[in-house]
Amino acid sequence: MDHVTAILVSVLLAAAPLLFAALGELVTEKSGVLNLGVEGMMLVGAVCGFAVTAHSGHAALGILAAALAGMALSALFALLTLVLLANQVATGLALTLFGVGLSALVGKPFVGTPLEKLPDLPLPLLSHLPLLGPLLFDRDPLIYLAALLTLAVGWLLARTRAGLVVRAVGENPEAAHALGYPVRLIRFACILFGGAMAGLGGAYLSLAYTPMWAEDMTAGRGWIALALVVFSTWRPGRLVLGALLFGAFTIAQLHAQALGLAVPPEFLAMLPYLATILVLVLISRDAARIRLNAPAAIGKTFHPDH
Amino acid sequence: MLRLEARPHPSTAALLLAPLLAVLLTLLAGALLFALLGFAPAAALKAFFITPVNSLYGLGELAMKATPLLLCAIGLAVGFRANIWNIGAEGQLLMGAIAGSGVALFLRPADGAPWVLPAMFLAGALGGMAWAAVPAFLKLRFNASEILTSLMLTYVARLFLRWLVGGPWRDPDGYNFPQSPMFAPDAVIPPLLHGTRLGFGALLALAVTLGGWFLLSRTFLGFQIRVIGLTSAAAGYAGFDRGRVTWLSLLLSGALAGIAGLNEVAGPIGQLTPFVSPGYGFTAIIVAFLGRLHPIGILFASLLVALSYLGGESAQISLGLPLAATDVFQGMLLFFLLASEVLVRYRPRLARTRG
Repeated sequence: MDHVTAILVSVLLAAAPLLFAALGELVTEKSGVLNLGVEGMMLVGAVCGFAVTAHSGHAALGILAAALAGMALSALFALLTLVLLANQVATGLALTLFGVGLSALVGKPFVGTPLEKLPDLPLPLLSHLPLLGPLLFDRDPLIYLAALLTLAVGWLLARTRAGLVVRAVGENPEAAHALGYPVRLIRFACILFGGAMAGLGGAYLSLAYTPMWAEDMTAGRGWIALALVVFSTWRPGRLVLGALLFGAFTIAQLHAQALGLAVPPEFLAMLPYLATILVLVLISRDAARIRLNAPAAIGKTFHPDH
Repeated sequence: MLRLEARPHPSTAALLLAPLLAVLLTLLAGALLFALLGFAPAAALKAFFITPVNSLYGLGELAMKATPLLLCAIGLAVGFRANIWNIGAEGQLLMGAIAGSGVALFLRPADGAPWVLPAMFLAGALGGMAWAAVPAFLKLRFNASEILTSLMLTYVARLFLRWLVGGPWRDPDGYNFPQSPMFAPDAVIPPLLHGTRLGFGALLALAVTLGGWFLLSRTFLGFQIRVIGLTSAAAGYAGFDRGRVTWLSLLLSGALAGIAGLNEVAGPIGQLTPFVSPGYGFTAIIVAFLGRLHPIGILFASLLVALSYLGGESAQISLGLPLAATDVFQGMLLFFLLASEVLVRYRPRLARTRG
């Protein structure tokens, strides 16, 4: 693998956890629910994926556990916001604070435990393609899963009846309810999907990207994923672009450090956060575009009797 | 099937009982959690909630921990009331600590200069305010979500602090530890009471609480803040200036968080270190909600949550419970509170029809 391919691969790997988490949040938001708990769900996914893999020796079980853990946390969010009609912003923040603490508590015994990196799975034939082969088709299974899920979500949301119903629930829940669609059930399913995806994003960090567990190892990626959803104007295709862009920022920062640039490493580490702010400003500047693309009912509590 | 029926008016009884119910449920869930982790629940709860405050020193520590929470939460509550979600108080707190430390370290005063501490407090407030001004500007000028920008700036502030104490501001005689030199005696807040470490920052926080109550309940500006938060459209028809309220609530919460940070470095710590705050700025969000976004409620909430910090330390020392249990406790508390909130606005009814 030549130098350029190596850099492109590292960008792809840095983008994957963001893509997982952001894709899940995109579906949640499309149904009209804003879940600010992504960071917490990612962390719990990361620690559960790591713990189960370390105990069982099977990465597949760990990945499954991570998705389920993220889902369990998101179910808590769903219970509070859909059934007990709690404020979505406050509940999401609570979920993140809780997830940070819970993951640190559960992960205590695993700090410093070594783990084998999730192995690459070269696809037959495709991995021998020139250029693209080593870049895209000689990766770990979670990368393939991320790609498949992105395609599936894009297709489901834009081209199927189910996607139309989800979008309707996010745009106008009262109308969807009047037409007989179970608004809260649909939102519940979308929230669970978001949780599972955040869990997978976390698992990607602790099993493949840096195979270890450390407190707060997501370092704000859950929040960057939230910003990515806005950046994508709620479109899965652009989400991939955004995730790759942020992957590139992360990698640029690491390479600059390795090259011994005269800039202190702390300033380089600020890059992804500052880039998030910059990107958010550039996209949000056009208020009309945000209004047009954002699900109209996002963040609003829905009560069927009102 | 249980149905939720909207109450015509929020229930006052439920308003007061919801936080108590949340605390009770948190204690129960906490006992369960301790049992699951293999600790005797009763002993763990005692170590958590009784041991830390059975002495004068302990009570002083409680007030000291409550001070930054109270300062941050009052500011946040003003914003939350107006639906302005500053969740970057942690970053503003750090920038306040940095700005105040700058005054202490570089304007080395002659002995006995009485203006040093006031200047540090002013710098702390301005540091936090400047950091909060960025999300306010970006929101009003570019429509960028203050939730995300204020949070991203917290990460930036943390890295900036780490750079300062590891590089330019590092104590040359500090054995390479990432921390600044100790402040001169004039730049350190003296204790109010003998036998405690409690400084006058606690009194300041009490004054801020009263000021917050006055602002929200007794002024036209406070009325505007509440209307903007409750019914955005009505506020628009009434011609209330949303931009002004956004600036005000972010600058106010930034200044208070900055003072909270300064009060830590000039008080119990006495130097700038990377460990200025164990997440006070984030925990203050819980405090603000637990106090129902009401300054007097927040006062009580800050004491309770401060106790959970002390309890976490005490349980770690006496039982070996991981410190992260504190965060879990605080998270659960907020969950249960948000869940009990439903009783304020809705009446649960047993009904036959499907919900």
